[in-house]
Amino acid sequence: MDEKGFKLGDDAILLQPIQRTGKTFYLTLFSLIAVILWAAAAYIYQYQDGLGVTGLSRPIYWGVYITNFVFFIGISHAGTLISAILRLAKAEWRRSITRSAEVITVLVLFFGVGNILMDLGRPDRMLNILQYPHFQSPLLWDVLSITVYLTASSVYLYLPLIPDIAILRDHGGRYQWFYRIFALGWRGTERQRHLLERGIAFMAILVIPVAISVHTVVSFVFAMTIQPMWHSAIFGPYFVTGAIFSGIAALIVAMNLIRKVYHLEDYLRPVHFNNLGILLLVMTLLWFYFTFTEYLTTYYGGEPIHMTIFWNKFTGHFAPYFWGMFLFCFIIPLPILSFGKTRTPYGTLIASISVIIGMWLERYVIVVPTLTHPRLPNEAVHYFPTWVEWSVFAGCVSFFILLYMIFTKFFPIVSIWEVREGREKSMAEVQERIRTYLPGIGVE
Amino acid sequence: MHKWGMVIDLDKCSGCQACMAACHAENNIAIIGPEESAKGRTIHWIELLPFIEGEYPHIKARLLPRPCMHCEHPPCIKVCPVGATYANEEGLVGIVYSRCIGCRYCTTACPYTVRSFNWYEPQWPKEMKGSLNRDVSVREKGVVEKCSFCHHRLLKARERAKAEKRELLSEDYIPACVQACPSNAMYFGDLNDPFSTVSILSRERRAFKLLEDLGTEPKVIYLSEGM
Repeated sequence: MDEKGFKLGDDAILLQPIQRTGKTFYLTLFSLIAVILWAAAAYIYQYQDGLGVTGLSRPIYWGVYITNFVFFIGISHAGTLISAILRLAKAEWRRSITRSAEVITVLVLFFGVGNILMDLGRPDRMLNILQYPHFQSPLLWDVLSITVYLTASSVYLYLPLIPDIAILRDHGGRYQWFYRIFALGWRGTERQRHLLERGIAFMAILVIPVAISVHTVVSFVFAMTIQPMWHSAIFGPYFVTGAIFSGIAALIVAMNLIRKVYHLEDYLRPVHFNNLGILLLVMTLLWFYFTFTEYLTTYYGGEPIHMTIFWNKFTGHFAPYFWGMFLFCFIIPLPILSFGKTRTPYGTLIASISVIIGMWLERYVIVVPTLTHPRLPNEAVHYFPTWVEWSVFAGCVSFFILLYMIFTKFFPIVSIWEVREGREKSMAEVQERIRTYLPGIGVE
Repeated sequence: MHKWGMVIDLDKCSGCQACMAACHAENNIAIIGPEESAKGRTIHWIELLPFIEGEYPHIKARLLPRPCMHCEHPPCIKVCPVGATYANEEGLVGIVYSRCIGCRYCTTACPYTVRSFNWYEPQWPKEMKGSLNRDVSVREKGVVEKCSFCHHRLLKARERAKAEKRELLSEDYIPACVQACPSNAMYFGDLNDPFSTVSILSRERRAFKLLEDLGTEPKVIYLSEGM
């Protein structure tokens, strides 16, 4: 491949979103900004008046914000983790989906962190966490692991982006100076390629334990207390499973949108959705396995303090949420994902939306019922989020979509050089690899 | 070193709530009004927990005054991300209001749910503002608060003892709730002194602690009724 005169050829369509922007984009942009401004107003109201404007009370000290914190951090497991696993497994079909996955991770993390900051009674004192850190607190473990995760996944997003930024630099268009800086002088030489591959491979390995640690530590916020139905050793893996589960669902939704909006049907093919659908199916079953184990253990043990909460979820006040979770996380996605016929882009989209709703409910059903029934008698209050909390939630989702959209306007959402490399090199590579697996034709 | 503890004799407690009233006045606890109270936002540093047993007509209601337990192993302290809640060398569990970030992790971690949060800027009716206790700091919006065993009284007593050039005696220090109890159901003193009233009572056959099996080792000891 010649270095300077890089011909886009077939992949020209991948640069189109950056070169041209339609009316729909601006319409969506402004409606998202409207929601964000509304949410900002709601938060300012909360900041000035105090957390009293939420539906929280004693003893239900945590509600939608903490649910969102767990939920958004969970969604972040879409990108980096899945992309890293697929890269390491040399799954060739990864090439056109890794970028869109990695972006989700980096962007959504801000909203996970943002929600916990908005939950603070004194957000003006949040730097106390750095000034007076108390390392015995699981919240501080969160601060540490999320910081590492955000850094690692940003690097992991950036590294494979370099050759594409260089393409944008060489192609002449807007913001040349910007791409020149971030291309870091990429010329596509043998040495550069080698370094890049080493870097990506290293980050892919590093990012997996970091990602797992993040959601484990998020679960520790609950599991380390001695509150009934929180104090569970299964919570670490249960949360990681849930995170990957909702993460894949978010990725499928994002891919569906990208495919439709930017006409990338040729890059994001039914086979991608089929494969991700199988992955989602595995996670659906794993989620069920963990949920079943968790609740059966509680039920069999039958400790009254746990059973109060158990029955409250199964038949009591939280039954609509609990069974809603079960419906959205299991009953709807399972049949859709089980059959090849329904594992289409559209089918997986339906299953994924259902999973995302279900996983939000799952977090809510973990956080709120336990707090509603503490060990000692308490005032019989029930929590319901106020308009402030719903607005902030809507604002977070809109802001995330907005950032994602803007990203697609500055960088190709499908990795150009990786698709190209796949086309040029991996055919032969894969053939060679298969040779090494088989007796008879293998390498001596 | 003293180890301050409280004994509450449930046989003597009449459930009059004088302890609650005294505590409110002593510790500048905000008055939040009926509307907020219905939302479950009342702040109490000590309150009467209702334990209802049995069904009508064989119903039995017990009331149990509950201050902060000042646990020997407090679950709240471990989880605070900024170290705003701490135990001092005498075993009193306190809060640095000016450091608290209001994450409410301690409130959810406390198995006794004794901790309260300031949902709004604390308020008092105009007439009451002049009678706030000057020894106790007024909390701000967005921080957690709870019973301190009237720690300010200990500081005062210690100063007085120093001025009078003598050792601090257990009798010098007594929280407002204990002082106000009309039926003498509450005792306060040094659990490290084997001959103090609280020590003797804590070894009684009727003595029990709340949620003892959690291993938090509360320094509030109850004497059960009807034995």
